[in-house]
Amino acid sequence: MGKSYAEIIMPYKDKKGGLIEAFHALQREFNYIPEEALKEAARIFKIPESKAYGVATFYSHFSVEKRGKYIIRMCESAPCHVAGAGEVLKALEQYLGIKVGETTPDGKFTLELCECVGQCQAIPVITINDDVVLSVSPERIPEILKKYE
Amino acid sequence: MNGEKRILLEYADKINPEKAEDYIKVGGYKGLEKARKMKPKQIIEEVKKSKLRGRGGAGFSTGMKWSFVPEHAPVKYVVCNLDEGEPGTYKDRIICEKNAQALLEGMAICALAIGAKKGYIYCRGEYPHIVRLLNNAIESAKKAGVLEDFDIEVRMGAGAYVCGEETALIESIEGKRGEPRFKPPFPGVEGLWGVPTVVNNVETFACIPYILTHGAEWFASIGAPDYPGTKVLTLTGDINNPTYFEVPTDYLLSDVIYKLGGGIKGGRKLKAVQVGGSSGAFIPPENIHTSIDFDSMSRIGASLGSGAVFVLDETRDIVDVATRIAKFFEHESCGKCNPCREGTFRMYEMMQRINAGRGSEEDLENILVLSRVMQKASLCGLGQAAPIPIETTIKHFREDYMRKLM
Ligand SMILES: Cc1cc2nc3c(=O)[nH]c(=O)nc-3n(C[C@H](O)[C@H](O)[C@H](O)COP(=O)(O)O)c2cc1C
Ligand code: SF4
Ligand code: FES
Repeated sequence: MGKSYAEIIMPYKDKKGGLIEAFHALQREFNYIPEEALKEAARIFKIPESKAYGVATFYSHFSVEKRGKYIIRMCESAPCHVAGAGEVLKALEQYLGIKVGETTPDGKFTLELCECVGQCQAIPVITINDDVVLSVSPERIPEILKKYE
Repeated sequence: MNGEKRILLEYADKINPEKAEDYIKVGGYKGLEKARKMKPKQIIEEVKKSKLRGRGGAGFSTGMKWSFVPEHAPVKYVVCNLDEGEPGTYKDRIICEKNAQALLEGMAICALAIGAKKGYIYCRGEYPHIVRLLNNAIESAKKAGVLEDFDIEVRMGAGAYVCGEETALIESIEGKRGEPRFKPPFPGVEGLWGVPTVVNNVETFACIPYILTHGAEWFASIGAPDYPGTKVLTLTGDINNPTYFEVPTDYLLSDVIYKLGGGIKGGRKLKAVQVGGSSGAFIPPENIHTSIDFDSMSRIGASLGSGAVFVLDETRDIVDVATRIAKFFEHESCGKCNPCREGTFRMYEMMQRINAGRGSEEDLENILVLSRVMQKASLCGLGQAAPIPIETTIKHFREDYMRKLM
């Protein structure tokens, strides 16, 4: 059995401004913020649910929708864009059989777009959860994703 | 010699950035030791005399910023901006990866100068490995006893470019939506949890130990007289050496491209270079013989910004690149104020139309009007800067736009 929502949130309760840290902790566990967890956080931090929701939806790394085990993010900022991010994205969509914003039926991968992740020394770049993959090309997609399958 | 000058990155890959002892062996924490024997006012004077100006983009005098903090406020904070969201920028990450202790020392010196006991580092959510590195570095510095009673906590962002804006960053540390505040009051007077707060960029803080150790005159004598010191640049785009460099601030942009950068890929010609990230102006080839310092860049209608240098060769479709950038701002606008929320939306809409070959000359004129409105009426720097890359590409590459119009 995993930890309860409250158990995950409680360590941040007395931290000033700890709500965002608590959201990070929830996401480390579930890859998204489940609705009940959000409600629990609002209760623990003594703020209205609407406010907790407003914070969670402001940040692009937080999601209130269920996501896959691995979140693949394709950087589409201008440098990655001219380095061929578009072709990589097409190859990712084709390989996974999903579009941006979707999750594979087996719940393994979610595909998202993102802006510069600060790894522009070898572009285009994708990230898979906390891993950074540099110099990605369409041909390399199967080999890169094999590690996570 | 390619003309690099390494101060912050002198010991890159020679010391372990997490270990205070490594840093101390190469002269680290001497600046802090000196600062402890000085009065707060003297520290601020020294920083003022060094003429150090912020490396986060706005180029404001660091000593001046510190001097605005009211002396007698009971609680104050030091905040380091490690949000680094400008596309094409990764210099703050490099500074942490190579020399994190210098950042901690700089923050500790600032704390002495303004009388703070607590510091925060706001690290972007894209850098979880830097959060770990910094936490280890802080622990090591604590163990070595160098920080004494100054406490530093690392907070992690969650993917919002606007949180790099100092008041939005403060809101985010407070656990809220990262929306910019109205200024004034400035953070120096009313910042984190309503108390006086100094917010500086990573690179700014990392310069401080060297200023204290080697003296303000020494620092002021390096590079451009009005924006002295060094600047860490990151090169991207159609360039042979897409990497980072530390150069004196009077280094020429043309040398950045052709000496450090090794020239344009495939021996092609330069089309344009964008300095400072996606919010920067596009600079045509005839203007690149300019020093990279803040004021020289301003004189050619550009900005040094974060120090990102994005190079486009002659084969690139600049309208397409500008459209991509318009999408960036549409996506990152926080929506708090109208000129930016609506403006970035309309701007992207018109740019898409033009880029797809369905735009008219009227669109082009409307973009220029909207651009002026956004620059004047937006609440924060995001909305003010968003139209600049588009406006400057229209200014310098109008024929590229004309070719795409209906
Ligand atoms: C939209 C926006 C994004 C910004 N992003 C950053 C950033 O990522 N890092 C940074 O240091 N400053 C950023 N700034 C500038 C900060 O507001 C602030 O001026 C800076 O942190 C002050 O530090 P400095 O004086 O040391 O440069 C940004 C400003 C705006 C308007
Ligand atoms: S200018 Fe844009 S980002 Fe800044 S406050 Fe207004 S809407 Fe938000
Ligand atoms: S532009 Fe894609 S990682 Fe920086």
